[in-house]
Amino acid sequence: MNKVSPSTTDPCAEVEIDYLELDKIIEQEFDNDKENLIMILQAIQKRYNHLPQPTLKYLSEKINVPYSQIYGVGTFYATFSLEPKGRNIISICLGTACHVRGGERVRERIEDNLNLDGKHTTDDMRFTLEGVRCIGCCSLGPVLKVNEDIHGRIGADKVEEILENYE
Amino acid sequence: MKIQSTEDLEKISKEYSSKLYYPDTTKVLVGMASCGIAAGGKAAFEKAIQEFPDGNGVQIRQTGCIGFCEVEPLVEIVETGKPRVIYQKITQDKIGDVIRSYLENDFKKTKWILGQVRDPRSVLEDHLENPLGGIEPLEKIPFLEDTPFYGNQVKIALRNCGYIDPDSIEEYIARGGYFALFRALLDHTPEEIIQIIKDSGLRGRGGGGFSAGVKWATCARHHGERYIICNADEGDPGAYMDRSILEGDPHSVLEGMLIAAVAIGSNHGFMYVRNEYPLAVKRLVTAIKQAEKYGLLGENIGGTDFSFNIKISTGAGAFVCGESTALMASLEGQVGRPRAKYVHTVEKGFRQNPSNLNNVETYANVPAIISKGADWYAGMGTEGSKGTKVFSLVGKIKNTGLVEVAMGTTLRNIIYDIGGGVLKKKQFKAVQTGGPSGGCIPEKYLDLGVDFDELTKIGSIMGSGGMIVMDQDTCMVDVARYFLDFLKEESCGQCNPCREGIKRMLQILTNICEGHGKDGDVELLEELGDMVAKASLCGLGTSAPNPVITTINYFRNEYDAHIKDKKCPAGVCKNLFYYEIDPEACTGCRLCAIKCPQEAIAGEKKEPHVLDQEKCIKCSICYEACKFNAVVIK
Ligand SMILES: Cc1cc2nc3c(=O)[nH]c(=O)nc-3n(C[C@H](O)[C@H](O)[C@H](O)COP(=O)(O)O)c2cc1C
Ligand code: SF4
Ligand code: SF4
Ligand code: SF4
Ligand code: FES
Ligand code: FES
Repeated sequence: MNKVSPSTTDPCAEVEIDYLELDKIIEQEFDNDKENLIMILQAIQKRYNHLPQPTLKYLSEKINVPYSQIYGVGTFYATFSLEPKGRNIISICLGTACHVRGGERVRERIEDNLNLDGKHTTDDMRFTLEGVRCIGCCSLGPVLKVNEDIHGRIGADKVEEILENYE
Repeated sequence: MKIQSTEDLEKISKEYSSKLYYPDTTKVLVGMASCGIAAGGKAAFEKAIQEFPDGNGVQIRQTGCIGFCEVEPLVEIVETGKPRVIYQKITQDKIGDVIRSYLENDFKKTKWILGQVRDPRSVLEDHLENPLGGIEPLEKIPFLEDTPFYGNQVKIALRNCGYIDPDSIEEYIARGGYFALFRALLDHTPEEIIQIIKDSGLRGRGGGGFSAGVKWATCARHHGERYIICNADEGDPGAYMDRSILEGDPHSVLEGMLIAAVAIGSNHGFMYVRNEYPLAVKRLVTAIKQAEKYGLLGENIGGTDFSFNIKISTGAGAFVCGESTALMASLEGQVGRPRAKYVHTVEKGFRQNPSNLNNVETYANVPAIISKGADWYAGMGTEGSKGTKVFSLVGKIKNTGLVEVAMGTTLRNIIYDIGGGVLKKKQFKAVQTGGPSGGCIPEKYLDLGVDFDELTKIGSIMGSGGMIVMDQDTCMVDVARYFLDFLKEESCGQCNPCREGIKRMLQILTNICEGHGKDGDVELLEELGDMVAKASLCGLGTSAPNPVITTINYFRNEYDAHIKDKKCPAGVCKNLFYYEIDPEACTGCRLCAIKCPQEAIAGEKKEPHVLDQEKCIKCSICYEACKFNAVVIK
């Protein structure tokens, strides 16, 4: 794991934007096409793990879409976040199949375990907890995804053990 | 090489069919759909490659999912002249031994074996002889086709899932793929294709159940650049049929879209895939590239003057984007808000042009219908619902998985015969169909044959095919609250009845669940529900009250218990129950005490334990853990 410098642990700190790289995403991968807005935002989010405001402003001019509309899209869709997220993203499935198998209890355990107190991200930026509605692995419910790893059939008692593996 | 004729296709088909069924060397197929991977399939796959590197007489291949997700990772082994055996729960620690045992003809470890295959052919391969026809079957190993899980199924939409490598277009062609496209291009006029789809009785599998043929015909009548769009948003939580098809057999969907394009007269297709399905996107990208390479997508398809391309777009986590007008707005890069449908999308949809939207499963059925004819398809199912439907059978059920059955199969058949009944022998309470737009169906309707119309009659809907089984531990009031909470989050918020109505209903339900319910709440819910259903703009709002209304209709006693007695009989709503240890049942095994995160349970070994209510946070760990049902809900 990379050492995290103090500046990135401050959620309010400005991120450095590499505009050349941003150009590449907008122009080469997505043809400067405003119909690709959602996918461009996804690419930006993948790169910065959230949508830094300057990128949105820049994007607005690049593809000629009003900032208000970009902001609208960025806030309408659940996957986008305007705030920085933690180093590890925990997605707890809150789909119906997982719900009836005790997904809610698992979420409570995680919140408890990470002392989230209603927040989504831990103070040390190690984890962000998000709810998702079904990742399509219902047969393994309750399901928990940490970054790209899917953990299935987890009881509330397994939470600690799983989270320990992520720094 | 570009495929220019049916003969070209035939050549590939023959070559790969023989590789599929009569491989030169032993072939090991590892199920690698998302949940197969999550269950350890990928690790098993890699381990197998490590133990049996190339050229070792064994080839290790990936495949999609044969649906029995409960016993994943699934591994099938094929060898020319030998029975095909499917192994269950084969993790990386076992796979080497499993392969060696097969090679040595040792089938004694029956707990590894799910069954042997009697006939691997798909519905499109009648012209072939059964490749396993002359082979002496194994003794004492059941045929897959005779097991309750598979025996009751008919695989049309899922015809290739788990049988081919989804990254191989040749294997798709080997199993009869793309022949229907050539028929559509060479043997039929567009009108004839539409007529076949109409006659087949195929109704949209995305939820609404609208006749696909009628939709195609209407779209074809409107002028302008027409678009073919595939709805792979699969937002219904607890449903994963579309994911499995896209991950296991992406070409079936591409071919269905191509045939729709020929019939409707379109040159551009779009695939709107849910953001949560990265593997489906990956397989689609590969499939599209391969189809382009063979000239089955792009310019002058199959040497004709028909051209068609497909672009993949991904959603970004908004349930409402599954709705047709919202989906098209989202495809345009906008906020996904539905619009009123005075003008239908078949006339003015994506980019204000005629657009035909169908669901993944709808398209996957199309090639089979064109190949085998309308009568064949219409010969299955019920009066009003033809063919088969894929369901994801999940929740508190023993055999979770994907099942495809003829329309009209009873719920009992699906849940008890195929599904093996309720998990841990608990009491069945309800089955939920149709997702947030559907309802909860009680025991008394289990003998109902499942089709579009029957489910609507009892207040639920078919929906996209999620079937969530609920048992005694599921609180129906909490389920209603759960769905409204979901819908409150997902409402796009542009119309009042949906935005405010759902919020208000949710408030009432939350109050009830927290123990603040009062007389008249249920009636108020019904009244609000009626308003939301009647006055909302799009399907999200109009169907939102269904989960509430069905639970009120069929489980009124639970509402009364919450409101009048302040009790949650299922032990879900935390303010309305507590756990206690039954000293008669407790053996003093200490398991609960060890697991309790609050150290709320005390007691000596082999003595009845005691649970301290003050410390207990009702996390349910002890309740789940106790093997003697000694932790009880009060
Ligand atoms: C709120 C809402 C969500 C929907 N979600 C989906 C979905 O996830 N997948 C889908 O195929 N259809 C969904 N539909 C149905 C579509 O609007 C549309 O009817 C369907 O895609 C048409 O294809 P079909 O005729 O092949 O079913 C949804 C409808 C509504 C109102
Ligand atoms: S019914 Fe709900 S989701 Fe549909 S348009 Fe109105 S507010 Fe939006
Ligand atoms: S419910 Fe949880 S906190 Fe309460 S006694 Fe059981 S294990 Fe402990
Ligand atoms: S797990 Fe059950 S039997 Fe064992 S000590 Fe706890 S209550 Fe008693
Ligand atoms: S409901 Fe959790 S993965 Fe589907
Ligand atoms: S194992 Fe994943 S769909 Fe069946």
